[in-house]
Amino acid sequence: MTAKRADKIATIILDVIAGVIVLILASLLGYILVRGLPEVSWHFLTSPSKAFSSGGGIGIQLFNSFYLLLLSMLISLPLAMGAGIYLAEYSKPSFATDFVRTAIEILSSLPSVVVGLFGFLVFVLQFQIGFSILSGALTLTVFNLPLLTRNIEDALRQVDFAQREAGLALGLSRWETVLRIVIPEALPGIISGVVLSAGRVFGEAAALIYTAGQSAPALNFADWNPASISSPLSPMRPAETLAVHIWKINSEGIQPDASAVSAGASAVLILAVLLFNFAARFLGNKLHKKITAG
Amino acid sequence: MQNQNDDIRAALLRKSRSSKLERRGKFISWLCIAIIVVVVFAIFGFVAYRGLSTFFGTKVTLWNFLSKTAWAPGTTDASGVPKVGALPMIVGSFGVTLLSALLATPFAIGAAIFMTEISPRWGGKILQPVIDLLVGIPSVVYGFIGLSVVVPLIRHVFGGTGFGILAGTFVLFVMILPTVTSMTVSALRAVPRNYRQASLALGATRWQTIYKVVLRAATPGILTGIVFGMARAFGEALAVQMVIGNAALLPQNLISPASTLTSVLTSGIGNTVMGSLENNALWSLALLLLLMSLAFNLITRWIGKRGAMK
Amino acid sequence: MAYSLDDRFIRELPADSEIALSTDDLRVFYGDKEAIHGVSLPFERYKITSLIGPSGSGKSTYLRSLNRMNDTVPGAHVEGRINYRGLNINSSEVDVYEMRKHIGMVFQRPNPFAKSIYDNITFALKRFGMRDKEQLDAIVEMSLQGAALWDEVKDKLHKSALALSGGQQQRLCIARAIAMHPDVLLLDEPASALDPISTAAVEDTLLRLKDSYTIIIVTHNMQQAARISDYTAFFYSGQCLEFDETSKIFTRPKIQATDDYVAGHFG
Repeated sequence: MTAKRADKIATIILDVIAGVIVLILASLLGYILVRGLPEVSWHFLTSPSKAFSSGGGIGIQLFNSFYLLLLSMLISLPLAMGAGIYLAEYSKPSFATDFVRTAIEILSSLPSVVVGLFGFLVFVLQFQIGFSILSGALTLTVFNLPLLTRNIEDALRQVDFAQREAGLALGLSRWETVLRIVIPEALPGIISGVVLSAGRVFGEAAALIYTAGQSAPALNFADWNPASISSPLSPMRPAETLAVHIWKINSEGIQPDASAVSAGASAVLILAVLLFNFAARFLGNKLHKKITAG
Repeated sequence: MQNQNDDIRAALLRKSRSSKLERRGKFISWLCIAIIVVVVFAIFGFVAYRGLSTFFGTKVTLWNFLSKTAWAPGTTDASGVPKVGALPMIVGSFGVTLLSALLATPFAIGAAIFMTEISPRWGGKILQPVIDLLVGIPSVVYGFIGLSVVVPLIRHVFGGTGFGILAGTFVLFVMILPTVTSMTVSALRAVPRNYRQASLALGATRWQTIYKVVLRAATPGILTGIVFGMARAFGEALAVQMVIGNAALLPQNLISPASTLTSVLTSGIGNTVMGSLENNALWSLALLLLLMSLAFNLITRWIGKRGAMK
Repeated sequence: MAYSLDDRFIRELPADSEIALSTDDLRVFYGDKEAIHGVSLPFERYKITSLIGPSGSGKSTYLRSLNRMNDTVPGAHVEGRINYRGLNINSSEVDVYEMRKHIGMVFQRPNPFAKSIYDNITFALKRFGMRDKEQLDAIVEMSLQGAALWDEVKDKLHKSALALSGGQQQRLCIARAIAMHPDVLLLDEPASALDPISTAAVEDTLLRLKDSYTIIIVTHNMQQAARISDYTAFFYSGQCLEFDETSKIFTRPKIQATDDYVAGHFG
């Protein structure tokens, strides 16, 4: 076989591989959307699920997913912000810094089921919080922290060092300069990172099945007192999320329409994650333009 | 004039508001880092404590755990030793991991070459967003598709239940493909442009250049990508658990129901009593999972170091 | 070309001149490496002193240690005295943040904040507790006029500073520094990134600011040093080899290295 011929064959094979990958995604999305979207209706999105009969919706699970996302972001964002600031602004090259970076890297590479088991052991059992939104949010925080921290550190490092010098030369502390000059400038990067990790958190299930629980008790949407257990805002109630719901009905569900419900729920989940992806890009670009040209 | 000078000197010798703020801010951000480090230690501590208690005060030995094939921690065998043989799960985990990596690697490298060398324009416009989207799809959705498409298909073609290592491999293949591809792409992009130009100038064809020069130079980066993909496959829980069949038996072939460390953990941990041997044995599996993820981490570091030395 | 580093000439200032800032045997280290080898210089009040010398001679490093900006560089430390108002500000007793309010700095590349022109000037003042709108407005006008920028920007004070030209941005940075009312203004090659017209504008600005500020400027441009400064210090290989009145440095330098440098034989 001549070299020319090999070149040609290799190119064809590579084209085919690229085509196959596009085809895989297209058929994945196509399958989910074609099978799932017809199931999605206002009723489906708002009504509670049914355990034994068909016609159940995903209303409570959808609400739980968003509420859990919100709570875990409220906890993880400040922590990741502090940690990111430390790494980008205060850490000096040393053994301790290397050690911290390694720890964060290991945390980010842990399987989410291990993080979930840790949450189960510590938050659910040790702290006796039980299967609850709060346990779930704390566990998701552990899951989310390493990537978010790295993202924030990167975004801060993108900002020119001259901006910090400008603040320091005016007699301001590094802390104030970072908080009020550097962070606003790093905001586009930080926000797209936050939205992307929100997508990851939204679709996560393995870390939640033993922390936020696998049941979705009925909620009283007229009761907004966080202290009452049937209130949607109560952080102490067990809360099955959309992703957990899909897993649950597929592995142990006995609803006659389990497959239709999971197709619909998968379609909603995918659309939400796609939305997060686009939002990350859009917001990042828009904010960047605003800050640099405004 | 003299007064003003004294005032300024006094101010210079006082702790300013800025330096108090600085000290507080530094402490706050240090605290955040400390919390993360404590969490990492806590994870290892708690899981190790639980996971090791299987081996203390019982007749179970580490060798038993790793080599025996009977998994029924509530019961004992003829010699009175609890049946905590984790070999079926270990084989299952390594099986799906290696097979899916084996399947994904040629695709990932092919796609990465297409994106960087053959058609960067199409690669950037079509393939890159496709890869990004594949990364973003939640694992339960992969599991659901595996359950409703892959498993019936295998059942149809090969017979049996359709559940098993083969189904798990297919699902994981699609899941790790984007990870391996995007890391391979960065490895290929990091190869200096003049390597290619030099090779082409010597009369090599494009494929010869790619095969003999670019891929060789990018090998450490590509290996890192593959190990990353394997780590992800090894740790994936729900998608695998949905299609593997969950039978704690040594797999006879690729289409017989099997199990992995993660699948036994997810289905078992809620059904056992905390502190019982059944439960502790599950934590031993979790510890094994944790150690494996640490091992994958060390391997990527080792590759990175060797690559940097060359 | 090797010059003897022992040949030095440092002019004593007249006994009646008022010294705003001076250093005694200032040494700067990066890790183990000594970058500045004991420089002692006086800076007279309300005068402009230029620091000149080839690249890598240490003039910028020296300047940046005067308000302890080198503290931000990992591994750097400074030995020796920096005298300001009878205090050694190179000591942990002196609050570095408070000190920087009195010894301001303008950098080589314009570095305005990504905020409005108005906020660039008032940002630090507000952080230090100044709330009075009228007072802030007055300071904004005063410092922009001081930096010869007021007429160009007075109608767009609330527009982004990043929309200004490079020269305008640099003058904004000068305005931002003088809004703090410092005693001493340090400038690190402030015009090196600017076109000739903007450079002229910055030079004019400095000459007018001289009435109320002590100015120390690092420059690569010998014409600039000759045009604006009263004193000039020649740096070479981490040392100050010659310090004298500017006119003497440029007409009758006492040290061979200085002579060759100002004649353009190396740089």
